[in-house]
Amino acid sequence: MSQWVEACAVDDVEEEDLIRFDHDGRTFAIYRSPDDEFYATDGLCTHEHVHLADGLVMDHIIECPKHNGRFDYRTGEAKGAPVCVNLRTYPVKVEAGRVLIDLS
Amino acid sequence: MGGMVIVGAGECGVRAAFTLREEGYEGTVTLVGEEPHLPYERPPLSKNAPPAVKLIAEETRYRDLSIDLLRGTRGQRIDRENRRLVLADGRTLDYDRLLIATGARARRFAGMEKARTLRSVGDADAILSAIGAGTKLVIIGGGFIGLELAATARGLGAEVTVLEAADRLMARAVPAEIAAMFEDRHRQEGVRLRLGAKVEALEEHAVVLADGSRIEADIVVAGIGAEPITGLAADAGLAVDNGIVVDGCLRTADSSIFAAGDCCSFPYRGAPVRLESWRCAQDQGAHAARAMLGCGDSFVRVPWFWSDQYDLGLQVAGLALADRPFLRREVGDGAFVLFQLDGQGRVLSASGVGTGNAVARDISIAEKLIERGIVVAPEVLCDPGTRLKQLLKG
Ligand SMILES: Cc1cc2nc3c(=O)[nH]c(=O)nc-3n(C[C@H](O)[C@H](O)[C@H](O)COP(=O)(O)OP(=O)(O)OC[C@H]3O[C@@H](n4cnc5c(N)ncnc54)[C@H](O)[C@@H]3O)c2cc1C
Ligand code: FES
Repeated sequence: MSQWVEACAVDDVEEEDLIRFDHDGRTFAIYRSPDDEFYATDGLCTHEHVHLADGLVMDHIIECPKHNGRFDYRTGEAKGAPVCVNLRTYPVKVEAGRVLIDLS
Repeated sequence: MGGMVIVGAGECGVRAAFTLREEGYEGTVTLVGEEPHLPYERPPLSKNAPPAVKLIAEETRYRDLSIDLLRGTRGQRIDRENRRLVLADGRTLDYDRLLIATGARARRFAGMEKARTLRSVGDADAILSAIGAGTKLVIIGGGFIGLELAATARGLGAEVTVLEAADRLMARAVPAEIAAMFEDRHRQEGVRLRLGAKVEALEEHAVVLADGSRIEADIVVAGIGAEPITGLAADAGLAVDNGIVVDGCLRTADSSIFAAGDCCSFPYRGAPVRLESWRCAQDQGAHAARAMLGCGDSFVRVPWFWSDQYDLGLQVAGLALADRPFLRREVGDGAFVLFQLDGQGRVLSASGVGTGNAVARDISIAEKLIERGIVVAPEVLCDPGTRLKQLLKG
């Protein structure tokens, strides 16, 4: 059963950037790619649980602000030291200017 | 048949072993570490109480990747002629390629034998278990490790004194303006800082300074830097000059022996440097692994390190030079980044400080500006309205 939750407005996320979204005691990161696709992952780095929202997005990579751990935000895949655990990703859809993510 | 042998199971050695497998190497990979523990991260040791052991990877990862991790075993001697590493217990390991990743050890000065040092999990346990409310802790050295420990010890309620011989803190690695911010903060937190302090002698329960003052101490920790562990290389006739000397691809003069991490001295933009930095150890481990597999590329990653003291986060990219001016960029909430440009206007270094991760993005971008040698006008860098990321797009 899908569980769509409204995360933000499309315009809340700048192009090639991300924002933090908290819901029900959990933290997520919502990304907007250069070609205006939206993506969602867990919001905390798998290395030391730092908020990824302070990190830098470039070339489909989110770089953790703490020690530069890297993930591909489209797949959640860990892309090198020090992280070795992937991020969970969530389905995203855009409806009427709102970004929704499926937390099921 | 030999395979890949890595001596030193720290950050660098472990990343090298993993990278060999990621790159598809199928021969034997043996990682030799003298410490009895599974390889762990050092940076948390000075930043957390009680000490939290954070493993670099779970034990299963080594097994899954068929990496032979020999623990509690020291590499004793390199027999270059027969391409063999002799272990302290008498066993021998044949190698096709050998990586020396033996790291560094805490430095000690004569007369400081009684002071503790902080490099390993064992050291951290011993120091932190001796610290509680009211413990008189004296730290010799106002560098990163000493100051991080000072912050951690204040959190435990210890009475902390830091003795620094120079006239400011962290003189080796950060600009004075940033050091001043840390100095203020440590004083506010109740740390007694004595700059320009020359230690004369250590007594059982006191440190004596050259000016005659005596500072009572329950425990004394020396944080006066680290020295590379180079004995294996030197004994094997390889060049050592503030670290095991390697070329751009981290190879020694012996084409089957490489060195990387805290123990090596490598060329960075034409000059030899040795770094004691966690990410550099990882990056070099990975690079050395590729070089062992035949890749001839030079290591070009920009140096990067961080420190956490209280809720202040410091990050530095590139190597700050004493003789270049700093350009200040305000990040907000008191956070700022100091940039340096070279004579052609290319970004050379960036050092930033702020609460938490306030400067992280700017430093990440700075790192890329440095790496790509991008020319930036000073007023553009200093204008808080400039989106630094835009500069990367040319
Ligand atoms: C307390 C502390 C805090 C730190 N904080 C930070 C920080 O905030 N930011 C940062 O950038 N850096 C930090 N560092 C530095 C960082 O941890 C080092 O740069 C990094 O660990 C270097 O990795 P390495 O693998 O080269 O060496 P090491 O981590 O020293 O590992 C080398 C390993 O080799 C083993 N070894 C040595 N000789 C032999 C032998 N003959 N046979 C077998 N094994 C051998 C050693 O026992 C050791 O386990 C910190 C270091 C310490 C000690
Ligand atoms: S917390 Fe993200 S890389 Fe360490």
